[in-house]
Parts: sequence; structure tokens; C-alpha cells
Amino acid sequence: MTASPTPAAGRPLLDVADLHVEFDTHGGVVKAVRGVSFSVQAGRTLAIVGESGCGKSVSVLSVMGLVPTPPGRITRGAARLGDVDILRRKIVDGHDVRGSRIAMIFQDPMSALNPTMRVGDQIAETLQVHRGLSRADAFRRAVEVLAQTHIPDAEARAKQYPFTFSGGMLQRAMIAMAIACEPEVLIADEPTTALDVTIQAQILDLLQELQRRTGMAIVLITHDLGVVARMADDVSVMYAGEIVESGSADDVFYRSAHPYTLGLRAAMPSQATTKAAGLQPIEGTPPDLFDPPPGCAYVARCPHAMHLCRPHRPEPFQVDPAHHARCWLHHPGAPAGRDGVYRGARA
Amino acid sequence: MTALVEARGVTKHFPLRRGKTIHAVDDVSLAIAPREIVGLVGESGSGKSTFGRTLVGLHDKTAGEVFLEGQRLPRRYTTADFRRYARRMQMIFQDPYSSLNPRMTVGEIVGEGLRLGDSRAPSNTRERVGRWLERVGLGRAFASRYPHELSGGQRQRVGIARALILEPTFVVCDEPISALDVSVQAQIVRLLEELKRSLGLTLLFIAHDLSMVRYVSDRMAVMYLGSLVEVGPADDVSFRPLHPYTRMLAASNPEPDPRSERERRTIPIVGEIPSPVNVGAGCRFASRCPEVMDVCRSTTPLLQAVAGEPASRQVACHLYEPEPAAT
Repeated sequence: MTASPTPAAGRPLLDVADLHVEFDTHGGVVKAVRGVSFSVQAGRTLAIVGESGCGKSVSVLSVMGLVPTPPGRITRGAARLGDVDILRRKIVDGHDVRGSRIAMIFQDPMSALNPTMRVGDQIAETLQVHRGLSRADAFRRAVEVLAQTHIPDAEARAKQYPFTFSGGMLQRAMIAMAIACEPEVLIADEPTTALDVTIQAQILDLLQELQRRTGMAIVLITHDLGVVARMADDVSVMYAGEIVESGSADDVFYRSAHPYTLGLRAAMPSQATTKAAGLQPIEGTPPDLFDPPPGCAYVARCPHAMHLCRPHRPEPFQVDPAHHARCWLHHPGAPAGRDGVYRGARA
Repeated sequence: MTALVEARGVTKHFPLRRGKTIHAVDDVSLAIAPREIVGLVGESGSGKSTFGRTLVGLHDKTAGEVFLEGQRLPRRYTTADFRRYARRMQMIFQDPYSSLNPRMTVGEIVGEGLRLGDSRAPSNTRERVGRWLERVGLGRAFASRYPHELSGGQRQRVGIARALILEPTFVVCDEPISALDVSVQAQIVRLLEELKRSLGLTLLFIAHDLSMVRYVSDRMAVMYLGSLVEVGPADDVSFRPLHPYTRMLAASNPEPDPRSERERRTIPIVGEIPSPVNVGAGCRFASRCPEVMDVCRSTTPLLQAVAGEPASRQVACHLYEPEPAAT
């Protein structure tokens, strides 16, 4: 990172705007991502949180050009990495930006690692392709990177095959492969979901340590609000293909402005949750994305739903300067006094 | 307190080739009171699922005994034993995808247990299946559907209906919510709470999510490499853990609260759970314990009440003085 100029503070490294993604299926066209925008700055972590099928993975896979086309299709939007829209242009100065300037790690390391190749060779391959290192130099560097991810005895481990690694070690090896070229942006798609809490804690600590050292931006995809609270500077909450709330972690957790965010928090036990208070499940299910509702996607499950929510889609309203919620309750004319919904410092 | 279910020295080893043995569960004793929910936590490979399966007879016991309402259960179940005890002990499985037969309808799956050794008319079975499908929030119409038509949460409800239709007194829930989304987890937990109240169920709730187990359980047991390391009231164990392993688990568990996460006292999480093959003497946590002493490597600590703590708490750790024997 030291070689590349540090972007001016406040200027996003990765800026995704109005992303739309569809899939052709036997049942029709699934509108999986419906106008998603997010951005992340150097040295910061953005968590995109939501439940299965909300489109959080599809959004970042689209940015990485990893959505199979067909059946997938990006119908609108842009994803700027610096000055380049990587939805349209992947090769810059003769190099693929993916794997060098923007890299990704996944939930299942076995899907990202080649089982028939030694771990060190796989990491070295990235360096040979993107950095033009010789095979020997690349392997030496691969050992260093493995050591940076705290794999004990990295030299010996680099010569072994993935099946000899435990789940936690595989995750470290995949992280090593992703950070080998010191990317500016690391996308982590549920990186700890399959791991035990102790190993999860180790991997999250590792990601934070690497971020402090290299200043990379992290986009963390997760469904776990605990992981969000531990890692995120900024949070975007996704529901049915849209971002319904975005803001700082404190905004989203302590000043939740969208009923879905409140619902998620009430459905999860925190330290303060007692048996008497009880968990509050969100009843019902997310809408069918073959035929998304014309208005607010959450209307069928929302305790605050009003008449206009069903036919009219809310825009993201500004709640506070850097805090937005896609909910009609934030319209200046909306009735006051909705339990628990934060209405902004002005209110 | 008379226990509804009591495990005494339950041990389950799996033999490997060349004289090696997997010590999946070693000498575990645990008594569960009527209407109690005991949470069992630990990392994968700790033996918690094997213990749960051994309790309900899905594994033979290598050693030890299990008592149900004071009656000793067989070491190895015969088909007749399963028919006899299935009415009283049931299990809800983690994976709602692999635990339902894809070639059977939901109605057949839920009603199967009723037909075993039961002479009641099929119409009665259909009626009871319908009632249970309603009770778990699916509705009678689901009886004719197949598992592939259902979401994960709906399948888990089928698994619950299948287990509870026999009106068992004791149910082992093996990670019943781990595969589900947050909002669906809360739906299933609420359902289990309701059914526990209305049926007077006793549950062993196995999970790796410390927050959910604390919320659900009355007492919590912590397992590491086949042994229990700590048992006590759920809130005490999670908020004031005594065993260094429990402390490590609690410190690893991220709370959905950014402020408390920023103020988190970090304790180093070292290493990974070792292999349970041919476990030697001494404390099993010694290889990862930040407070390991010489004695830990040679002498296995016993799970016992410790000085200065209520008798409800038991810890297997040499750091704590055992409670002096009552006179």
C-alpha cells in the first residue's frame, strides 16, 4: 500500500451506485438486487447485513464480476474503484484489478482453494500473475504472507495441500491468498460463518490487524449482528434486494431508523435480553423477488405499515447527515410516535 | 431433586484402526431435572452431539449409564427398545435438509412415529398430524407437501412436530436453529418455549451460539474434547465464567452491541481444539490454557463444586479449591 497514494480522507475507495442484478430462472426473472448503493473508504470496514436471499452476496459478487452470465445479468449501476468502473472494465494497465486491487474471501475456503495444488503454490500463482514475480520469489513471498496470517511453521505449511489444513487454517490460507497483492479493498463474504466462535474471533482479529497494517478497506458480508458490532465502522442493512438502512454502526444499532433493523435486533438475544422480555421474532417471510412489491418490501411484516407503504416505494430518507432509512416514517409529514423508530436528531 | 434424565459416567469411544480410539465422550455425568432446559455448548468436535445422541440411544454406550425417571436404559438399543423409549425420548436434528426423507410427504414424516406399534386407526393419525402441523405454525395443508417444497424454518418445524407428536417427556435438540436465519431462529425458539410450557417438556439444547443458549437455558454445561468442564446456572456461566475454556468461549462470542464490543477485554484465543484420538492424562484444555500449571498436564481435574461458589456451580479445573466436604 505504501507505493500507492493514500486517497484523500472521505473519498470512497469503492463506490457502488444504483446496482441492479437479475437472474433468469425457470420460474421467471428474479430481481435479486434492486438499486443498491454503498461505498467504503480506506482503512474502514463496511458491514452489509441481511438474511439469506436478501441479495447481499449477489451485490458483491456482481462487483467482482463473479455472477455467472447467463443466468445472471447486471441491468444497471456502476462500481467505481478509484476512477475505474469495474462493472465495465476489469483490465487496467494490462492487469486484472480483481485479485490485485480488489480481492475477495468466501465462507467456504475449499471452494476457493485448489485441492490438487500446494497451498504455497496457489498463493505464489497470484503473485506471478499480478506482480510478475518469478516462481521462486513468488513462493518466498507466499511463505511471508502465510506467516502474516499467523499460520505456524509457514515454510512447511506452504508445501502442504489444503486437505491437511483445519478449517481455521484454511480460512487463514485463503486470506493470505487474497491479501498477497496488498489489495486496496477486501470483500469478505461470510468469512466466519462456518467457524467455531473461538476460531471466528481469531479470524476477525486477523482481519483487523491486517487492516491496521495495510489500510485496506473491508466490505464484510454477514448475517450476524454480533460480528457486525465487533467489526464495522459503517453498516448497511439489506432486505429483499434493497438497502433499507445505512449509517455508522452506532447509528444503526442505537438509533435504528428502519423497522426491519429494529426487528432484527429484537429477534436476537443480547446481554440484556432476559427471559421475561423475550425474543421478538419477525413474523412472516420476505417477499417473492419474482414479483417484488411495488411499494416498501417490508410492508407485509412491518408493525408500523401505513396505507401509502403498499403502493409507493420509499426513497432513502436522510435521518441524520450520514444516516439513511428507506422508510416513509421519515417523511416530514409522517405521523409521530412510532415505538422505537429513531426519527433523527431534529425530531 | 429427582432427575428426569441422568447420565452417569457416560462414555462413547469410536475405535479406529491400529489400536487408536476416538474419545468422543469421556465419563460425562449430568442430571437434568423435570421441566428443565439444559444448554450444552462447546466447539465442533467437543462431543456435544455424540453425547446427545448417546442419551437417546442413537449410539451404544461404551461405558456408563443413563436413567430415565429412575429407570436404567439399555446400553445398546434393540428395535423393541427404540419402540419402547421413542415415546418418551426424542431428538430434533440440526440439519433440516438431511434429516427429512425427501420421498415422504410431511404428513407421512410427522405421522410415522405414531404408526410404530400403535393400533389406532389411520384417521386418528391424520387428525393428530393435522393438529401438530397447526401447533408448530405450518397448517394442515402442509401434510401433502414434500420437504423440498419447504424453507429451512418450515423444515425445522416439521422436525419439531415429528419429535413432539409422540408427546415425549425428554427431547434432545441438536443445534435446532444453527442453520436458520436470525428472524427464523427467534420464531423457532419461541415455539420451543411455548411447547415447553404447555407440554412440560424437559430439553437438552445443544448449540454453539452462547448468547442463544444463555437465553434459552436454565442451566448451561460446557463441553471440551469429550468432557464437561463447567456446569451452572446459564447466566452465571456466561457472564461470570470460571473455567479458562468457558472464559475463552465467552470472550470470543461477539455481542450485538458495538459499545460493549469496543470495550471488550481481549483475551488471547490460542490454538484450536486438538484431536480426540487417544487422549492422554491430565486436563484436556492444558494445551490451550493461558493459566496452565504443571499439575494440569499430569492429573485430570474432576468436575466438582468449588470453594466460595454455590453448589449449583461445578468446575473441572485445578485453579479452584474443591468445596470442603460437608460435615
